[in-house]
Amino acid sequence: MAIRKTPSPRRSADDRGFRLGTGFFALLVVLLVAGIGFELFRTSELTIAKFGFNFWRTKTWDPVSGEFGALPFIWGTLYSSVLAMLISTPIAIGIAIFLSELSPGRLRTPLTFLTELLAAIPSIVYGLWGIFVLVPVVRHLEVLTPPWLKKVPLFSGPPLGVGMLSAALILAIMVIPFSSSVAREVLRAVPATQREAAYALGATRWEAIRAALSYGRTGIMGAVMLGFGRALGETMAVTMVIGNNPQVSASLFAPQHTMSAVIANEFTEAADDLYLSALIEIGLVLFVLTVVINGISRFLIWRTGRVVVAEEHVPEPLAASGASA
Amino acid sequence: MNRSGRRRLLSNLVVFLCAAAVVVALVPLAFIFFYVIKQGFASLNWAFFTQMPKPVGESGGGMANAIVGTLMLIGIASLLAIPVGMLCGIHLAEYGAGKFAFFVRFTADVLNGVPSIVIGIFAYGLAVLPFKRFSALAGGMALGFMMIPIIARTTEELLKLVPSSLREGALALGASRAKASFSVIVPAALPGIMTGILVALARIAGETAPLLFTSFNNRFFTTRVDQPIASLTVQVYTYAISPYDDWHRQAWAGALVLVGVVFIFSVLARIVTKRLERMHRI
Repeated sequence: MAIRKTPSPRRSADDRGFRLGTGFFALLVVLLVAGIGFELFRTSELTIAKFGFNFWRTKTWDPVSGEFGALPFIWGTLYSSVLAMLISTPIAIGIAIFLSELSPGRLRTPLTFLTELLAAIPSIVYGLWGIFVLVPVVRHLEVLTPPWLKKVPLFSGPPLGVGMLSAALILAIMVIPFSSSVAREVLRAVPATQREAAYALGATRWEAIRAALSYGRTGIMGAVMLGFGRALGETMAVTMVIGNNPQVSASLFAPQHTMSAVIANEFTEAADDLYLSALIEIGLVLFVLTVVINGISRFLIWRTGRVVVAEEHVPEPLAASGASA
Repeated sequence: MNRSGRRRLLSNLVVFLCAAAVVVALVPLAFIFFYVIKQGFASLNWAFFTQMPKPVGESGGGMANAIVGTLMLIGIASLLAIPVGMLCGIHLAEYGAGKFAFFVRFTADVLNGVPSIVIGIFAYGLAVLPFKRFSALAGGMALGFMMIPIIARTTEELLKLVPSSLREGALALGASRAKASFSVIVPAALPGIMTGILVALARIAGETAPLLFTSFNNRFFTTRVDQPIASLTVQVYTYAISPYDDWHRQAWAGALVLVGVVFIFSVLARIVTKRLERMHRI
């Protein structure tokens, strides 16, 4: 019987059809992202043309008189997200270290599940909890602030409870699982030989962990940025506790506003085209911001993964001894 | 203290701080669960599932319309996202090595990080603006767009778990790639793909932001896809920011139902994934 070297014509036609057919749906995903960008750009042309860059430099947001300055919103978004990252990053990295390096085997799975459960709670539930539980606690803390401390701009203003501090706290809780789970994966992918080498040189536990951390630092940076991207776009929980007041203030106690919150609050009220266009432009910038942050983050995570995989696969005997350790 | 003693002390301190970080994260989790369960069970009753919302001042009532609305929105989203997401995932698993697949994977991950409110604006431009009317269809589309990358990536990961010997066997018997994929590999990974769908559903069932200006809200019972429709999440939001105690109670009950649904989806997904991983490792 003759052996055919190439597949039958029907089979190769089948293969091509399969490749192109499924490829079409893969292309849809790319088109979807491109479509979002295009659509947002198209529908915000009015304000882009009218205000230009001044839109982002001015502070007055007065839809009635047609004045739109989005500085308070981008300020609120960046300020709350940066504060949230300052709180959540050490916690998230601590969790990642504990779960990948220190935890007793029996606790690892349940603790991982529990910390990641934080990501599963819907934003609206965080917001509800924020309004009725967190905000009163924060208000109480603000009332207790001693007068000399209130002179510092960071802690000035009346104790309302709703404001930047509540928003930053709730955001911090919400982004912890995103950063910690990726950082944990990165640490788990660091070859065991890294730690063994450190121990062999007489390192303490922390020094060995530090060796692993510095090996995976790019990926851990990616994990933190992933959390930052989440914080930038978070909407419901923030809008429910931040006070929704468009002002640029350094005070943690001041009610402020964010980009996503103003869209959520005012979109259905936007009666005229200019108002709607202004809100969509805020959405466009939020989109670009999160795409860039996520893009960089995914690239960093991907790069660490590739380095680790490449090194794991080259020296066979070493990899085998690492796995058995 | 000598140098090595200091190093050991620092090391123990870091170990302690890392354990403390886990506790710090679990405290808010416990508090949230405690309040949602305590307040939710105090207000949850049969009427919540069977009755319509009551006007302000009348106590009682439920969210029957919002529950049906949420189910419809999830249904529309699934109809849109499951075929697209699955086929995209199959492509990535089958032809995953090339530049195109890499780019698609990257885009899917980025799409996964796009804020839901932005996706809401997109759905608004696509399905609300042209018809000048909020609709269940627009809300379902927004949720569907959010599901696509999650389903695509989990499908891909789980198809890759299927041993390559299965594919090679099918190809050796003369099957085309399409045949091998659809009749051997996908069925073997089906429980896993179901998991991916569950994960995606868990994520979107609790979404509020993209619905605010797509499906909007509706005080009445409706199953029409071209009309604004109520949903659990938007209803909880409306009640939460209202000044009425009765409505706050309803909001907590709604939150309990949402957390319950998401929790069940997550646990189910986890069990199936674990079983699947064990099955294929042997």
